[in-house]
Amino acid sequence: MWRWLNVITIALAASIAAASPARAFKVYVTNEKDNTVTIIDSETLKVEKSFDVGQRPRGIIITKDGKRLLVCASDDDTVQVFDIKTHKLLYSLPSGPDPELFILHPSGNPLYIANEDDNLITVIDLETRKILSEVPVGVEPEGMGISPDGKVLVNTSETTNMAHFIDTETFEITDNVLVDSRPRVAEFSADGSQLWVSSEIGGTVTVIDPATRKIIKKISFGLPGVTREALQPVGVRLTRDGARAFVALGPANRVAVVNAKTLEVEKYLLVGQRVWQLAFTPDEKYLFSTNGVSNDVSVIDVARLKVIKSIRTGRFPWGVVVSPE
Amino acid sequence: MLNFRTSIRKNAIVQFLGVLLILQLICIGYAADVSAGETVTRITIAYIKQAAKRPPNLSNLEALPENEGFAGGQISIHANNTTGRFVKQEFVLEEVRAGTGESPLAAYQALLDKGVSFFVLDVPADTLLKMADMAKGKNVLLFNAGAPDDRLRGADCRDNVMHIVPSRAMYTDALAQFLVRKRWRDWFLVTGPRGRDKLFAEAVKKSAKKFGARIVAEKNWDFGPDARRTAHAEVPTFTQGIDYDVLIVADEFGVFGEYIMFRTWDPRLVAGTQGLRPSTWHRTHEQWGSAQLQSRFVKRFKRRMTALDYQVWAPIRAIGEAATRTRSGDFGKMEAYLKGNDFELAGFKGLPLTFRKWNWQLRQPILLIHPAALVSVSPQQGFLHQRSVLDTLGLDKKEAGCTLNRNGK
Repeated sequence: MWRWLNVITIALAASIAAASPARAFKVYVTNEKDNTVTIIDSETLKVEKSFDVGQRPRGIIITKDGKRLLVCASDDDTVQVFDIKTHKLLYSLPSGPDPELFILHPSGNPLYIANEDDNLITVIDLETRKILSEVPVGVEPEGMGISPDGKVLVNTSETTNMAHFIDTETFEITDNVLVDSRPRVAEFSADGSQLWVSSEIGGTVTVIDPATRKIIKKISFGLPGVTREALQPVGVRLTRDGARAFVALGPANRVAVVNAKTLEVEKYLLVGQRVWQLAFTPDEKYLFSTNGVSNDVSVIDVARLKVIKSIRTGRFPWGVVVSPE
Repeated sequence: MLNFRTSIRKNAIVQFLGVLLILQLICIGYAADVSAGETVTRITIAYIKQAAKRPPNLSNLEALPENEGFAGGQISIHANNTTGRFVKQEFVLEEVRAGTGESPLAAYQALLDKGVSFFVLDVPADTLLKMADMAKGKNVLLFNAGAPDDRLRGADCRDNVMHIVPSRAMYTDALAQFLVRKRWRDWFLVTGPRGRDKLFAEAVKKSAKKFGARIVAEKNWDFGPDARRTAHAEVPTFTQGIDYDVLIVADEFGVFGEYIMFRTWDPRLVAGTQGLRPSTWHRTHEQWGSAQLQSRFVKRFKRRMTALDYQVWAPIRAIGEAATRTRSGDFGKMEAYLKGNDFELAGFKGLPLTFRKWNWQLRQPILLIHPAALVSVSPQQGFLHQRSVLDTLGLDKKEAGCTLNRNGK
C-alpha cells in the first residue's frame, strides 16, 4: 500500500516538475497592523522571513530594475524605499500625506501616489526624489491605473465615486467617469482596450473603454449563501492575454474569475477572509490574494483555477507584489 | 478655532422676533475651480439645530462641542464640493441655531420662502412634525438627524421626512441581538424619570420580546439628581436580591446611569444608555475606511467626531450623491433618486446604506461601544431577514404602522 502511494507521489511530483520548470519568485506582502512585510518564496510557498517597515503599510511595488521595494507607510505620511536584497531602508520619498496606493509609469519613472487624506495625486521623480506635480482629484483617492503606453493615468476616488482620467504630460484631468460607490482599484488590460474599476460598496466592477470613456459593462456578482452586501469587489487583475480577470470580493471571501471577453463570471474561488489585493507571479502560474481578517494569503493555481494553499502572514495583510525574478 | 471658521464662511447675526438666532452662511468658494462662463448648479442645504433642555448634572464633566453636528455637515459639504468641481455643482450649507426654549420656526419659514429645498434637522419630534407640515406641498425634503422617536417612523411618519438617526427600536434591537448572542438573556431594567427614558425602556421591552430575552425585574430610578456621592449607598440596596445577567439602564441624558456600574450588589454588567451602548459613530471606529473620515475630521476641527456629527454628515453626502448621480439640481430628480431603488450611500459601515421605503428610515449597522472601545457591530451574525439583514434592526414594514401620504406634497 505505502509503496504504491510512494510511487504515485513520485510520479506526480515528476510530472509536475516536468510540466512547469520551477521558477522561484519572491512574494512581498504588507501587513497593515503589524508594520511588517512578509516575504514568501513562490516555489516552496513558504514564508522566508519578514522585516519591519513604517506604520500602517499598504500599497507595495517593485521598481522596474527590480532592485528596490517601495512601500506606502500611510501613518508615517511617507513612501519608504527598501533594498530588495538586504531589506534595508534606503530613504523615504516625499509622498504627501497618507499615501495608500501608487503606480509606476511603464518606463519605470515617475511614481504616481494617491494621497487619501488630501484629495491629491502626487507625482514623484524617482531619480531626483522631487515632486513633479500634485493633481487635485476627488475625495479619498485610492485606485491607480496607468495605460500601457503611459499616456493616461486613472485614479479612483472612494467618496467622489469617480474614475479620473489624467494626462501624464500635462497633469490635467481630461475626463471623469462616475462609477458605483467606493471605487477601490483601477486596472488596464495589457492591450489598453479596457479599464476595469471595482466598486466596493456598489458591489460591481465597471469595465470602461478608455478611448471613449464609455462604460462597456457593469459586472455584478452573486452566489448562493452570500448576501449581496458581502460582495465587495476590491482587487482586480487581468491575465496578459486578456482572457481572464480575477476580482477579489472582500468579506464574501471569494475571488471571482471573469471571462474578460464575454465579461461573464465563470467561477468563484473560496479564499481567506476579507480578500482585498491580488498579484500574479510574472509567469502567471500563481495568483496571490491578501486575506486581511484571516491573516493569510491564498495561492491560486491560475491554469487549474484552484486554491492550492493558504500561507500565514502578519496581521491584516493588505498589499502584495511579486518580484520579476 | 474661531479664526479658522470665520476664514471660510461669512457670519451674520440675524434677530428674529426678539429671539436671537444665529444664521451662519458658509460659502465655500469652489466657483473658482470651474472655468468661467460655464453654469454651475448651486444646491443649498440648511442645518437647523435646536438645543435640547438638558439637566445640569453632568455639564461640568463633559462639555458638548459647540459646533457638534454642524462640523459633520462642514466635512460633508466639503466632500460634495470636491466632487461638485467635476460636474459643475456647488453646495452651500447654511446653519440656524436656536437656544433652549427658542423656536427655530421663523428662521425655517424664512429659508422656505427663500426656496431652500433640503433641510437637515436636529430638533425635537414635535418641532420636526411642525416643520414637515409647514413644508407640505412644497419641493422640500427634511432629514431627521436628531430625533430617535419611534412614532416618527410609525403613526407620525411623513413622506417629506427621511430619518438618518436610527429609531430607539433600532438602537435597542442592536443591543438586544448582541446580548442574546452572548446568552445574557435575563435583564434588569432601570428607568430614569424623563419621558425619553420611558420611551427607551419601552423600546428595550419590545426588543427583549423580539429576540427572546427576559425582563426579570424593572425599577424606576427616582433618587433625585447627581448621584455621584450617594451612589455607593443607594445602588447596592437598589439592585439587591435580583437574579439577572445584565442591568439595562434607560437614562438618555446620562444623569445617573454612569454611577450604576461597579456599584451593583452582584458583579453584573451594565448596558443601555450607559455601559455598553448603541451608537451611529464612535471615536474608536476605524473599520471600512472610517479611519480616513475620522482623521480628516480631527485635522480640521481639533476634536473627535461624534455620533451627531455623523448623523449630519450622512444626509449631506446623500444629497450630494443625488445631485451627482442625477447630474442635476432639480428637486424632482433628486427626490426620485433619494427615494428610488438606485440610492445607496457609502457610510463607512461596511454595507451600502439605503432607505426603507415604508417609513424612509435609513438602514444602517449600529455600533456597540463603551467609552474607550468599539465592542461589536450589529446586526449580529445569525440574525437573518428575508429582505436585508439590516432590517432585523428596528420597525419592520408590518409593525411600523406608518402610512405615507404620498400626495401630501
